[in-house]
Amino acid sequence: MIEIEGLTKAYDGHVVVDGVSLTIPRGGLTGIIGPNGAGKSTLLGLIARLLAADRGTVAVDGLNVATTPGEELSRRLSVLKQDNSIAARLTVRDLVAFGRYPHSRGRLGEADQAMIGRALSYLGLEPIADRFLDELSGGQRQRAYVAMVLAQDTDYMLFDEPLASLDIRHAVSMMHLLRDASRRFGKAVVVVLHDIDIAGNFSDRIIGMKDGRVVCHGSAGEVMTGANLTAIYDIPISAHRLDGQFVTTYALPEGAAGA
Amino acid sequence: MPHDHALSAVPSRFGLKAALRRPAVVLSLLALAVLVVAVAFMTVGVKGNWEFALAFRGRKLLAICVVASAIAISTVIFQTIAGNRILTPSIMGFDALYALLQTSFVFFLGSARLASVDSRLLFAVETAAMLAFSLALYRWLFLGARRGLQVLLLVGVVFGLLFRGTMVLLQRIIDPNEFVVLQDRLFASFNGVAPDLLGIATLVIVAVSLVLWRLRGRLDVLLLGRDQAINLGLDYRRTVSLILILVSLQVCVATALVGPLNGFEPVSFFGLLVANVAYLLVPGFRHAHVLVGAALIGILLLAGGQLVLEQMLGFGSAVGIVTEFVGGILFIVMLLRGMAR
Ligand SMILES: Nc1ncnc2c1ncn2[C@@H]1O[C@H](COP(=O)(O)OP(=O)(O)O)[C@@H](O)[C@H]1O
Ligand SMILES: [Mg+2]
Repeated sequence: MIEIEGLTKAYDGHVVVDGVSLTIPRGGLTGIIGPNGAGKSTLLGLIARLLAADRGTVAVDGLNVATTPGEELSRRLSVLKQDNSIAARLTVRDLVAFGRYPHSRGRLGEADQAMIGRALSYLGLEPIADRFLDELSGGQRQRAYVAMVLAQDTDYMLFDEPLASLDIRHAVSMMHLLRDASRRFGKAVVVVLHDIDIAGNFSDRIIGMKDGRVVCHGSAGEVMTGANLTAIYDIPISAHRLDGQFVTTYALPEGAAGA
Repeated sequence: MPHDHALSAVPSRFGLKAALRRPAVVLSLLALAVLVVAVAFMTVGVKGNWEFALAFRGRKLLAICVVASAIAISTVIFQTIAGNRILTPSIMGFDALYALLQTSFVFFLGSARLASVDSRLLFAVETAAMLAFSLALYRWLFLGARRGLQVLLLVGVVFGLLFRGTMVLLQRIIDPNEFVVLQDRLFASFNGVAPDLLGIATLVIVAVSLVLWRLRGRLDVLLLGRDQAINLGLDYRRTVSLILILVSLQVCVATALVGPLNGFEPVSFFGLLVANVAYLLVPGFRHAHVLVGAALIGILLLAGGQLVLEQMLGFGSAVGIVTEFVGGILFIVMLLRGMAR
């Protein structure tokens, strides 16, 4: 369980995460949605100790992330940020192998190799496992990073917009994969998503953020209502169900093709 | 199949290419080259007293090895932490501070009195001043979690300019005779290295290198950047502080031993050149290989350069100018390529 208590972070007096209190249980996928600048990435960074909070605490399995040794946390919690760049030339396999560092300290055993192989195959990276990262498309690189986090094999996994450069096929298959991991292996997977429909269809729980605060928090069915989404995004949005899926529509200007 | 045919037609070239993808092969070849150059360095053109020549050249070769590997290793590691391949430790103002220190010594003490000061004391003062300066800079590193290093580098550049400005001012108003003495002190010289200083410097640099060697796994992780390093469990602040202290110790000792290798430009082209040749030649990303490769390449360039220019072409101490020239061109090429992207 991740327990967040009164978490606050400000930049130059401008409050970006504003007294957020939440609990995120293990098992199941939690989606975080909200407009640009709502504080989603900052919240994720605070949970993963990449940023220091001004006030409030985050505890993972009862361990305060601000005071627990990083080594210990790295075997329980992993995070993938929005932008990643590396100056060195690594292959996909090199990168994924780094996911085992918390367990192997650089000396890969058989179990580590097996885990690396599985992570590569889950993300369909075997054909490009020996290619260099700087020779790949943005989407391929993104999948390599996700494979690295999977190889880290922690109970809590945080992803900041992992679908950003993926086509619809890879986006859907990655969401399947992450949801599978959360359900079958009882992991807590927390994903910041910009696509509301994908958030509605794949999340077990959704956290809606706006201006640094949690506006709504509940099961996908509870959060995916026109009223909630309109409040989060500040434009009229309606939520519908079509063939068992959530489909959202928004108000179009007069004369647009769909109107 | 034509493809298979082509492969079997040139088996040796194919074998060589595959071999050059193995770090052990590349490092062995480099070590062999260093060995050859070292033997040549010790023996080419020796006339008269062999005992004296060997002792003299041996000291010079040791100084070259110590300084070249210190600069190579510190540059690679600095670039790992900075997350780019164009910045070098001397962008933090090391070279400029050294030049300012030398200028101040001559200016305030006078060359006559300076000559009577114990060289070990002078060496200790120089190293300590440079170390204190770099450690003061690290306080800036942690001002903001994100912008820390950029702030550090910017401050380094500003300090470098300040030191240079002060130095130039002092040099303008100094006695012209003293200026000649000063110029002599300011240029990298492997000839004038005192044996006792060489011993101390070698000890320090070997000890620091051993500690850095033990950190090689963590250095690999640092290649992924701050956030991923933290994610993988590194105590980022502590690890990076320790590594930066070790790196500056190497640069300070090397600089205090022979003077700045690169004139007083804010960019150390020798380090830049060596590090980037190492990235190019040594396969893979592991510091265990790249650091060894960089040190060997550094020794090869400096010792080989000295050998060719001094013994074979008779060009005195021009090796600095040549590495500056080649390194400077590389720097410009890297900048232009970076901009084009
Ligand atoms: N390092 C920083 N310095 C100053 N302001 C920041 C910094 N990081 C984020 N912010 C600001 O905090 C707000 C929230 O950012 P972020 O958490 O990235 O939002 P989201 O991920 O929801 O789009 C934005 O207004 C952003 O400009
Ligand atoms: Mg964001």
